Amino acid sequence: MNTDTHAAHADDHHHGDSHAQAHVHGSFSTYMLGFVLSVVLTAIPFWLVMSGALPSKQITALVIMAFAVVQIVVHMIYFLHMNTTSENGWSMMALIFTIVMVVIALSGSLWVMNHLNSNMMPIHQMTGMK
Amino acid sequence: MTVAVNPTQTGEPVFYLADEHPHPEGYSTSLGFWIYLMSDCLIFAILFATFGVLGGNYAAGPAPKDLFELPLVAVNTSMLLLSSITYGFAMLTMQQNKIGQTQMWLAITGLFGAAFIGIELSEFAHMIHEGATPQRSAFLSAFFTLVGTHGLHVTCGLIWLVTLMVQVWKFGLIEANRRRLMCLSMFWHFLDVVWIGVFTFVYLLGVLR
Repeated sequence: MNTDTHAAHADDHHHGDSHAQAHVHGSFSTYMLGFVLSVVLTAIPFWLVMSGALPSKQITALVIMAFAVVQIVVHMIYFLHMNTTSENGWSMMALIFTIVMVVIALSGSLWVMNHLNSNMMPIHQMTGMK
Repeated sequence: MTVAVNPTQTGEPVFYLADEHPHPEGYSTSLGFWIYLMSDCLIFAILFATFGVLGGNYAAGPAPKDLFELPLVAVNTSMLLLSSITYGFAMLTMQQNKIGQTQMWLAITGLFGAAFIGIELSEFAHMIHEGATPQRSAFLSAFFTLVGTHGLHVTCGLIWLVTLMVQVWKFGLIEANRRRLMCLSMFWHFLDVVWIGVFTFVYLLGVLR
């Protein structure tokens, strides 16, 4: 590499303040789209549970969890303006790392504690011991 | 900037960039704040996990079905959702340098946030009045910890919002205030994301149980 390219590179860094400005915050239409989507994605789960429209509780539970996941993604995109390019991809990296941690913490706790519960001696048997 | 010069055998100088580049103020604020939010996310993940484990232990006390009023939760959810979109409008008017409108949308956001906290506190008061206190059962301990932590975050967000309104009123929409408003925007929308988890896993699934 010659000195010229280095100089250009250094110049880029000096103009880094435009970086903060370039942070795109969305427009009226994307905010409204996000809002309408989240209203719909909130209203349907509430309606499903309050009216009991689906025949089984298991199906209802799965459907409302799916709605929650979709709504979280909608909020991430339209309100938090997540994308793969912001901060050179570092915010996406932090998000992916956090999701991995959250999944391990949640599924691990629920799985282990559920097994622990089902392997516990029932209380009525315990009182008979001593 | 410091540039190290290292003469080679041919005598031609080779230039290296020193590692530290000077960065303008606030260059890394949004990434740093995002990482803070991610750490906050881990706090909520652990509280959700705790609720998931303990949520069924009623200790012969009241169950979610006896306690939760879904219409009230729906009103509360819409308060938070409306405050999210009004904060979005505040950010949009901020970009257009309309200081009066920015302040107005911030105030409306604050009112919706305050309504959310008010409804939540009255719900808590009602539950405690009926004897459903945090010490009644493991389910209620986990419930009050999780929902209370979220409520505390919203309360802090409200204090922050009022502080920023005073800042904008005193100093205008200067660069520093824009950066602060952007951080609060991320914080506020993040709390809305957490609330999606709360109303789904705590309230809706609780009533379904």
